Amino acid sequence: MAEFYSEKIAKSPRIDLLKADLFKEMPQIEADRAVLLTKSYMDTEGQPITLRRAKAFEYILDNIPITIRDRELIVGSATKRPRSCQVFPEYSFEWLESEFDTLATRTADPFYISEDTKKTLHEVYKYWKGKTTSELATAYMTPETLMAIKHNMFTPGNYFYNGIGHVTVNYAEVLAIGFSGIIEKVEKEMATMRVTDANYCKKNVFLQSVLISLKAAIRYAERYSALAKELAAKEGDAARRAELEKIAKNCARVPKYGAKDFYEALQSFWFVQMLIQTESSGHSISPGRFDQYMYPYYLISRENGMTREEAQELIDCVWVKLNDLNKCRDAASAEGFAGYSLFQNLIAGGQDEAGNDATNDLSFMTITATENVFLPQPSFSVRVWNGSPHEFLLRAAELTRTGIGFPAYYNDEVIIPALMSRGLTLEEARDYNIIGCVEPQKAGKTDGWHDAAFYNMMRPLEMVFKNGVEDGENVGLSTGDVSSLKTFADFYGAYKKQNDYFISLLVNADNAIDNAHATLCPLPFMSCMVEDCIKRGKSVQEGGAIYNFTGPQGFGIANMTDAMWAVKTLVYEEKKYTLEDFKNADKDNYGKDMDEHAAEKLTLAICKELKKQGKDLTESDIKTTYETVRKNPCSAEKKAFYDEMLKAIDALPKYGNDVKEVDSFARDIAYLYTKEVEKYENPRGGRFQAGLYPVSANVPLGAQTGATPDGRLAFTPIADGVGPMAGRDVKGPTAACNSVSTLDHYIASNGTLFNMKFHPTALAGRHGLENFVALVQGYFDRKGSHMQFNVVSRETLRDAQKHPEKYKGLVVRVAGYSALFTTLSRSLQEDIIRRTEQGSF
Amino acid sequence: MKEYLTVKGRIFDMQRFSVHDGPGIRTIVFLKGCPLRCRWCCNPESQKYDIQEMTLGGKTKTVGRDVTVAEVIDEVEKDRVYYKRSGGGMTLSGGESLMQPEFATALLKAAKERSINTAMESTGFADFSVIERYLQDLDLYLMDIKHIDSEKHKAFTGQPNERILENAKKIAESGTRLIVRTPVIPTFNATKEEISAIAEFASGLKGVTEMHLLPYHRIGMDKYAGLKRDYTLKDLEPPSKELMNELLAVVNSYGLKGQIGG
Repeated sequence: MAEFYSEKIAKSPRIDLLKADLFKEMPQIEADRAVLLTKSYMDTEGQPITLRRAKAFEYILDNIPITIRDRELIVGSATKRPRSCQVFPEYSFEWLESEFDTLATRTADPFYISEDTKKTLHEVYKYWKGKTTSELATAYMTPETLMAIKHNMFTPGNYFYNGIGHVTVNYAEVLAIGFSGIIEKVEKEMATMRVTDANYCKKNVFLQSVLISLKAAIRYAERYSALAKELAAKEGDAARRAELEKIAKNCARVPKYGAKDFYEALQSFWFVQMLIQTESSGHSISPGRFDQYMYPYYLISRENGMTREEAQELIDCVWVKLNDLNKCRDAASAEGFAGYSLFQNLIAGGQDEAGNDATNDLSFMTITATENVFLPQPSFSVRVWNGSPHEFLLRAAELTRTGIGFPAYYNDEVIIPALMSRGLTLEEARDYNIIGCVEPQKAGKTDGWHDAAFYNMMRPLEMVFKNGVEDGENVGLSTGDVSSLKTFADFYGAYKKQNDYFISLLVNADNAIDNAHATLCPLPFMSCMVEDCIKRGKSVQEGGAIYNFTGPQGFGIANMTDAMWAVKTLVYEEKKYTLEDFKNADKDNYGKDMDEHAAEKLTLAICKELKKQGKDLTESDIKTTYETVRKNPCSAEKKAFYDEMLKAIDALPKYGNDVKEVDSFARDIAYLYTKEVEKYENPRGGRFQAGLYPVSANVPLGAQTGATPDGRLAFTPIADGVGPMAGRDVKGPTAACNSVSTLDHYIASNGTLFNMKFHPTALAGRHGLENFVALVQGYFDRKGSHMQFNVVSRETLRDAQKHPEKYKGLVVRVAGYSALFTTLSRSLQEDIIRRTEQGSF
Repeated sequence: MKEYLTVKGRIFDMQRFSVHDGPGIRTIVFLKGCPLRCRWCCNPESQKYDIQEMTLGGKTKTVGRDVTVAEVIDEVEKDRVYYKRSGGGMTLSGGESLMQPEFATALLKAAKERSINTAMESTGFADFSVIERYLQDLDLYLMDIKHIDSEKHKAFTGQPNERILENAKKIAESGTRLIVRTPVIPTFNATKEEISAIAEFASGLKGVTEMHLLPYHRIGMDKYAGLKRDYTLKDLEPPSKELMNELLAVVNSYGLKGQIGG
């Protein structure tokens, strides 16, 4: 007897048409929100900030242009054009204005911006000078913190420039009682208040603000209802007319009232999802356990005769809408979050609060939706535990095999106790979902501030070699010239001092930003869907949530481990090299030419400077500059010395190969970050908790890091996630899994990220899927927390031919054999690439 | 330490996360030395028992090292959790494990004592009295049967096949699970008739229900040059997918569960 309906459900032809419309033009910047917001702010000068936020939200929703796109079943668009974005000057604006002319041509996430929009925004921005969260945050930071940020010791840029986001609100409650239900709750709370209460003033303002926001949201939906009616009247096609009439009905009912059926529930969900992203620019607004809170409505509609195909089409439509939202980040952040990603994490499977398996038919349908729609949103995840249905895991593995990079797999057996160690109850912890990339939390009760900063663990190490001074400025502590570090304990101690120091500055930076958001950008709309804001009478930003965390993420464990191991072995044990040699290697980049990408960037900067000085540059001038910049000036003798040194480093055991001593060392090094971070508190009454993951920032932040003792060359990427450094794991996937699971994943309760690469053929057939699932379960048995898979494409294989050093661990299947791709002959590699192209394996 | 754990043997590689030689996720131990000289052999460095040098991609490496059973089993133990989840274990391959009976049987015993599933990929070319010693600790015998015609067998592998076929019958009789594996090599056995003869033989073995067809590939070609040896099948193209499917149908027609690849 099949417990689940696990079959794939075919994609409706509508989905490809919706997708084609979504991608027919480049995303644009739209100014409507900024204009309306600014107008409202001008009218409310002097009023309490929460009230001003609510009135601005109301003014925006009442006046922003609305649109229903062709063939849509789920409606509500933040912008007139698909995949475009509004701007949020209350957080920051200067970066956007200074990047107006490069937005459309930049490599990471380009946006078109019209001359008109530029002009409009330019006018709007005049109002905001001195009023943004980023400016206030800067004012709150100490000079040492600002110096550390200037030198890229860590980057809190995400929340510095933008809203916080990173939340899963209580969708279930909105679906059940509607905004009118929440209004009643607020009114009830207000009835208990007396004007003499100590917190009356602020609580009253907050609750009034919630009421204004909710009523505005209801009116906004009603505008869609009216528009749908209007379009229906003009519609010649009877089928579409009926659809529009249904849309009009839906939007008149939800989110005002509780949803009656699946279609209404989806529409209600969507309004909540998009409006949170209109109120603020924070990303990672994560739908969470969609298969759980939607299930009762699915059952009702199925009971009433809705077919599985109809249900699937509606889910697929929501998936498309999740890709209609977009966000423009500053150029540097765009590289760190490359791919226009909004990280709207949606998770299926896992346990319910009582510990029963919670998988249902919708869990399978969310997998199918991800396959049908095949776009980057939602960030799709699955929960895995020892009681997960095997067919669910197999179905998830099938999705992995498509190469889309989803789902990410999460381990209940680690995450639940990890959350309990942070104060959640067992029931709450069992109901966790994931925010953004990998960050677990309990929906509707948590303000996790999950993506609080990128912390590059390699930079304090550089500071040890530089004795705290960089480019003539005092950035770190003075830990003494390296020649004074007589023992490895001295060296390790010096790193710890620098590291602790920069972590303390990171805390200052995060708390400064945190305070700025509480002061200038409380969010009453989002807050009313997070417990216990209504009771406490304050926004999430002011500490209204039950659980409050700040989660800055460290990265570079693999490089730190390999670097420390190299110093320990080669300097202190074998005495083959001195710390001065490593210091010089950093300065000389091991005698190697500069990384191509870094050289290009530097050349561009130099040429720009020369042009500014009025010099005319020819093609050949630029080329000469590039060659000069790139070429390493070291003598042949020195180069030979460094080559030997690199060989010696290369011969050492490395993290990622299941070498016990090295891996235990990595565990200790991770503790240097995780244990130090959790000592601190945030202004919302919560604690700091560490994460270990770089999103995609290991590349741009690696580009700001010099050569390191692990043999990594200057400005090249740092290791991804908690995984081994690319190309240094040569013992296959199980060995890498064992190394990574040696880290303490419980203490990194803000999440760890482990990426693995596979060729699609490694997952071929039923056996391939079974072994893949066993690998995930094995890693989870050993208490790893998260895993995701990059099933590599033909392009990657081509790149592996060009740069075999980066792909030493890439496994491909060759006929009956699996083999390391880079060890195969050129002709066989070509064979495999050809076969991949045909997909005939 | 138990005495059998100190037995030494010669291997040339160990490969973790191997998923094609026996069920589940496995660790393969490649033993050095083989009595056959199959022309298509993808591991030519496995054939000689002597420790050799091989040059690949401009780098010369030493092939072959002597290790104790304890050393090998420690490495095998590392992936226990993945064996448990996938039904995998340890596979002995080569080379030919039958050439190092003291070492190989100790390895199997060590694995079984640790409740690790065992498989062996083998030509079956030895006295049955040797093979018998392996069977008590062996869960799966993956046996290569390359050709039914002894002369052709000898021409392409250096050895006749009578002993192999005889041993196949005896292993099957013993009750050890046996899967017949046939490398499909154009010009040698890649015809319906030749595969049919093998399938007929396999289907007559007691308890045998599965047969794997392993399509010829050129993965080991560069190694021949690295060992300063000639590769005599240079211009040979791998069998087409269509041909493999036809041969698979032949295998299935004998009531066997055929499979392409391991």
